[in-house]
Amino acid sequence: MPYLVLDKLTKRFTSWTAVDDLSLTVEKGELISLLGPSGCGKTTTLQMIAGFLDPNAGRITLDGQDLLAKKPNERGLGIVFQSYALFPHMTAAENVAFGLEMRGTSRADRDRMVAETLKLVGLDSYGDRYPRRMSGGQQQRVALARALVIKPHLLLLDEPLSNLDAKMREEMQIELRRIQRSVGTTMILVTHDQSEAMALSDRVVVMNKGRIQQVATPQEAYDRPANAFVANFLGRTNLLPGTVRQDAEGSSITVGDARWPVLQPVPPGPGALAVRPEKISFVAAAGLTGVVQARVFQGTQWLFEVETAAGRMMVIRQHDGSVLPNERERVMVGWRPEDMAVMPAQEAA
Amino acid sequence: MKGGMTMAASTDATTSTTTDAAPSAPPPVRTGAGWSWTPYLLSLPGLALFAVLLLVPLLMTALLSLNSFSFYGGIQDVWRFDNYAEILADSYFHEVFLRTFRIAALVTLLCALLGAPQAYILRRMKAPWRGLCLLIVLGPLLISVVSRTLGWALLLGSTGLVNQGLMALGLVAEPIEFMYTETGVVIALTHVLVPFMVLSVWASLQRLDPQVENAALSLGAGPSTVLRRIVLPQIVPGILSGSIIVFALAASAFATPAIIGGRRLKVAATLAYDEFLNTLNWPLGATVAILLLLANIVIIVGCNRLVERRYKQVFE
Repeated sequence: MPYLVLDKLTKRFTSWTAVDDLSLTVEKGELISLLGPSGCGKTTTLQMIAGFLDPNAGRITLDGQDLLAKKPNERGLGIVFQSYALFPHMTAAENVAFGLEMRGTSRADRDRMVAETLKLVGLDSYGDRYPRRMSGGQQQRVALARALVIKPHLLLLDEPLSNLDAKMREEMQIELRRIQRSVGTTMILVTHDQSEAMALSDRVVVMNKGRIQQVATPQEAYDRPANAFVANFLGRTNLLPGTVRQDAEGSSITVGDARWPVLQPVPPGPGALAVRPEKISFVAAAGLTGVVQARVFQGTQWLFEVETAAGRMMVIRQHDGSVLPNERERVMVGWRPEDMAVMPAQEAA
Repeated sequence: MKGGMTMAASTDATTSTTTDAAPSAPPPVRTGAGWSWTPYLLSLPGLALFAVLLLVPLLMTALLSLNSFSFYGGIQDVWRFDNYAEILADSYFHEVFLRTFRIAALVTLLCALLGAPQAYILRRMKAPWRGLCLLIVLGPLLISVVSRTLGWALLLGSTGLVNQGLMALGLVAEPIEFMYTETGVVIALTHVLVPFMVLSVWASLQRLDPQVENAALSLGAGPSTVLRRIVLPQIVPGILSGSIIVFALAASAFATPAIIGGRRLKVAATLAYDEFLNTLNWPLGATVAILLLLANIVIIVGCNRLVERRYKQVFE
């Protein structure tokens, strides 16, 4: 049974629609990411779940209860803000204790739970520090502890790692995943960083212009993007126009001078295929012919730009000692049919 | 997992030390061999202006306060503390100074009670209304203090609008005395000075992370708890600096006490004025001015210390 249900949620501001008819279900204990560029409506969605914004239409239920009927301070959700939003006039321990205090937890229980939670986020000895005296990473952990200590039904994380440097971010990703496993809280993570979403989530929800583009596991969304937007947003991709045909042997797509069988159900007519640069190899026969325009050494890999009849393509090959073509050499590129995603032409726009 | 955590903690330590160390790396004044005069030379014009327009007149006033005065001989070029002794001994002067600081304290309190909520409400307003209301709040600053105070004199007089209104409503039987009373002076001064409090609290509200209130809400705090436990402690610095400005201006205000208080209800500023221009006892007037300055400094610095200690972490 789904735990959190967003049903046809819509939020309009005076000049634009931030969230457009969004429906989504989240299972208990799941970590799901709302992923998209800025302005795609992911933060607006989070704010509606939190209760800081009221939707124009739609329903939100949590464990069968109508969430919209409750005020923000009655929803019992944990929220980690992008700016951390710590109380600057309280110590780390007082920050964490605030939510328990509001729930009327006894002094003794409060102290015990605060100490436990600070230990969980690795800040056992920082309880009496003020936020100003802590680094970004430590502040981030206090914010996480403050949201976790109230044992929320749902933990909302709004770009929690975006203010950290790259190294800290990776460490916090591992930490977050570990904490999520150990406490089992249902989490919704809002991020514009695709690698963060992929590293952390059970499922990603790719959003653009207030609409959901695809809901899938990170691997599925990467390998089989539902449309051109998802393909481009999740890493680099080659998008080639072609024609989908249906004949006695089954469905196939013609791109330039080459043809691949299509494994997904796609209607015949103009279409497009998306294939990742690292899935393409140089083949001897039955491939797309082209000329190598440029090759760039990147340490662990080589990056090729190949001009073909279907357009310019990017190819990545491992630097493993195998013989690779030179610049201005005529080559043939190919890939396995299961490594490409085929979509009708209108989805590729 | 334990390893990952310690690793993260040590990275925290290194990042914080590097950021701490970075700004102190190039010493701003000392350059290698010796002392650099450049910063002082660059600030010389400003310092000169400050010295000529503030320090010299202040020094001259201090010196003047040591002279003595007689009706027939005028100002005598002597250096004695007679004027100070006279003021410290005479209960008439005690009364004037006490009144001055009573009025200033009351005005400060009223400004804080009115100005802080005003600033908070203004901040929560939507775009077109916010600018408009801010203009209304700050509007009084654009009008001469004399005309504003004369306006209050018209309103507060025994046949003024306020008394007529109160009597028409049957709230009072006889007109309340506002003119030439402390109440009247406090009302008019509060009106004049409340914009300073609003501006000061407004500035500290600008630094408040708007998400902090949402964070408190999400943790289960009701709106009034959010105000009391989260917003108020963070705007205390703003209220304090506003209070210092308001107190200093109220204690040294001249036009409002002169018009609403009149000849009878003297405060330190009007007292000094009268000594200078009516009695022509310049040394005594200068003494009043110097004592007012000293008392102001002592009270303001004392209060500042007290509150700063209480809200140390917010001030850092």
